[in-house]
Amino acid sequence: MADQKVISRQTGVEDSQYKWGFELDIESEVAPKGLNEDIVRFISAKKKEPEWLLEWRLKAFQHWTSQGDEAAPKWAQVNFDEIDFQDIIYYAAPKSSDDAPKSLDEVDPELIEAFDKLGIPLEEQKKLSGVAVDAVLDSVSVATTYQDMLKEAGVIFCPISEAVQKYPDLVQKYLGSVVPYSDNFYATLNSAVFSDGSFCYVPPGVRCPIELMTYFRINEADSGQFERTLIVADEGSYVSYLEGCTAPMRKSHQLHAAVVELVALKDAEIKYSTLQNWYPGDKNGEGGVFNFVTKRGAARGENSKISWTQVETGSAITWKYPSVILQGDNSVGEFYSVALVNNYQQADTGTKMIHVGKNTKSTIIAKGISAGKAENTYRGQVSILPGADNARNFTQCDSLLIGDECGAHTVPYIEVRNPTAQMGHEATTSKVNDDQLFYLQQRGIDLEESNYMIINGFCRGIFKELPFEFAMEASQLLRVSLEGTVG
Amino acid sequence: MQDTITIADQYEEDFQNLGSTLPEWSSEFRKEAMLAFKQIGLPVHRKGNEKWKYTSARPIAEPQYSLAKFEEIDLDTIKRTSPWHDSWLNVVFVNGQYQGTFSENNSPTIQVSNIAANDLARDVVDSVGGIVDYSDDGFAAWNSAFMSDGSIITVPDGDNSGTVINLIFFNQGVPETVNHPRVLVKTGRNSNVSVIENYVGGGEHRTLTNSVSEIYVGESSTVNHYRLMSETDHTYDVGYGRVKIATDGRFNSRAFFRGCGIGRYDLNVLVDGENASCDLQGLYFTSGNQHMDNFINIDHSRPHCQSNLFYKGILDGNSRAVFGGTVLVRKEAQKTDSIQSDKNLILSPNAEVDSKPALFIYADDVKCAHGATAGNIDADTVFYMRSRGVDLEAASRLIIYGFAGEVIDKVEIEELRSYLEEAFLTSLPSHRFEF
Repeated sequence: MADQKVISRQTGVEDSQYKWGFELDIESEVAPKGLNEDIVRFISAKKKEPEWLLEWRLKAFQHWTSQGDEAAPKWAQVNFDEIDFQDIIYYAAPKSSDDAPKSLDEVDPELIEAFDKLGIPLEEQKKLSGVAVDAVLDSVSVATTYQDMLKEAGVIFCPISEAVQKYPDLVQKYLGSVVPYSDNFYATLNSAVFSDGSFCYVPPGVRCPIELMTYFRINEADSGQFERTLIVADEGSYVSYLEGCTAPMRKSHQLHAAVVELVALKDAEIKYSTLQNWYPGDKNGEGGVFNFVTKRGAARGENSKISWTQVETGSAITWKYPSVILQGDNSVGEFYSVALVNNYQQADTGTKMIHVGKNTKSTIIAKGISAGKAENTYRGQVSILPGADNARNFTQCDSLLIGDECGAHTVPYIEVRNPTAQMGHEATTSKVNDDQLFYLQQRGIDLEESNYMIINGFCRGIFKELPFEFAMEASQLLRVSLEGTVG
Repeated sequence: MQDTITIADQYEEDFQNLGSTLPEWSSEFRKEAMLAFKQIGLPVHRKGNEKWKYTSARPIAEPQYSLAKFEEIDLDTIKRTSPWHDSWLNVVFVNGQYQGTFSENNSPTIQVSNIAANDLARDVVDSVGGIVDYSDDGFAAWNSAFMSDGSIITVPDGDNSGTVINLIFFNQGVPETVNHPRVLVKTGRNSNVSVIENYVGGGEHRTLTNSVSEIYVGESSTVNHYRLMSETDHTYDVGYGRVKIATDGRFNSRAFFRGCGIGRYDLNVLVDGENASCDLQGLYFTSGNQHMDNFINIDHSRPHCQSNLFYKGILDGNSRAVFGGTVLVRKEAQKTDSIQSDKNLILSPNAEVDSKPALFIYADDVKCAHGATAGNIDADTVFYMRSRGVDLEAASRLIIYGFAGEVIDKVEIEELRSYLEEAFLTSLPSHRFEF
């Protein structure tokens, strides 16, 4: 990663900046453009899915068609041309996956090389970070590492398409139980056409021995990525899950509409970290990924805990609200977020904390950084329902503006229906402090480095919530994304 | 576009009948507004409508109202319901109609006239509707279409007397009637004036008060604006306030809500001159089945301005309070200093508060903060007082008293402050609290 440091301001950062922008030269099998019932059936058939899943998909598809394109949410503080949903490829898979690899040895070496290039070690012997990786290229999961170690612990971690075959009862029980197919426009679309994603089940009392990771990459041009992740932590278990993503640089926009569902039963804990680095578009705002994602966790059991940590630096448009439904008594929800936008990026992101059970607690810490001509919105909802006695919430969202052409917005929704609740919301917006900049420069640190140091400090509280390796990467990502914002 | 409910034919008929009695200048203005009203209707659909997210306008919009007419009443009845002082300029409207006999206009400088008068100056007439944008607000369009009586207050340059103008809008509660009060305040340079808008009355039957106020704060001038809402639970009250502050101007608003079935106060302050400032504070106390929606917006469009938005709520019974605050800082508004805060005390398990304090910021060299809290009476504070020998009931009342006092204390007119203390503090709930 050291090579990133030498990217200098003078070298015209526009394209060199996004070092993940290469295309992988892998033959793939794609469905024709457009969406209709046949495509849904095609995807389902490709996956050799059971009848109930196909029906579920079709129900979602019917719901999606019946509500029409007007149902796409318009309340977010983002502007983009209408998406032509018939101009998207809904299924693209690397060809080699047709005869699914049984082990890593059988995986196309070109693929392994590709993921190495991305900095994602698929080869177990490297044991660099001790993270079990499920790599998803375009719509299909291509490899999952550390299967033996996970098997020993009893943890199920595999592509969701595989889980449908191997553990249909578990999937059927939990799929759509947190985000129903009728939830929102993009989630409905996802339910109809989701191609793959990760499935994780941690049995009762098990502490997952290693971090789990899914790495997403959009490769095919004009393709959308619709993955679906389902994580179930059974009673008394613990799992830490990481998600990373990149895409090649393309002139056109690509749609990423994923759904993530988390279920934490009694005394269970799920920690979900995201490093979102989809291609943000070039400095004139051309191209980039539309990241319209529905993420929701249900803290169902007593004393359960769900924690979302996200570092969002990529995507042309981000529309994403990782939420927690605090159903179990004494359950805990957390949301830590850094969202950085530059050039013409737009982000409307935040969280929802729905307090249902008694003595439930939630914490929201959101940091937004806007630079260039970008727009950054924090939109968060805290609901305390009548039965949520002694619920507690603390929210803090701070925004930092770099330059006078960007925007930073904060839109909290606070709904309290129980008098014993205590909730507090704080937010500030400011620019990088001149005095601090002056102090650092006076000590011989140049303006850009000073700026980075201050912003890194601003985000520190969030980075420390990330697993170590990820925190390093996040810090680097921040540096690259900030290139050229000052001076 | 929002769904609409059909505008009753009766409104069209009332509109035509009203025209004959009004001055000529207003006819074009009213016609345009009526057209807009018929086109946009009332905001009864909330899906995707962030302005009416937590309040349903349907119960307000559905009845067909006739225009309220004046019925015999004596001044003492009105005086008993409202703050009143003989040194103030008291102007009385009953059911939306100007009552000259009850009103005084004895200021040597400040001009208080009825909007339906025929002898208004050209520049005053031109200001009517100048800062009201009813293109997406059916209620404001409705008011504009039916604008008949109302108060026009013009304060000349240099009038620093700090005159208090007390506008009383008394609603007699005639069933299924609507009245459309209208206020225009225009101050010159270096002036200072206080305006009280007091909406009172109502009865046992459904009525609607649909008011629009426009306030132009002149250069280096101060306007202290007080808005009181204390009507019966059968009334609906939709208030729409638009304020524009010129360079070095200052606008202080204090809004007090004590009663009405469904209330809505939509205030939008345009901070339009350098070094201008506004301080908007409010106190709402809801009980029973009341519903109060404060929708307060501040728009900063010039540099070096300050704003303070501070609302407090006390909720009891099955009531519901909504606070929607938005501070917009435009690109040109560098060096803005803005604070926004909404604090709620919830006393009943059936009450609900929905708070949405938003910030939209496009300028980088600004200091903006907002905060919101909601919760019950603090148990530690109660414990402290009880350990000092204060009983539970007195302790809770003291805490609520202190909570409300923070806003009431800011009222600078002494007579009004004592009136509010009395009105608010005697109506606070006295039931026991469990800890």
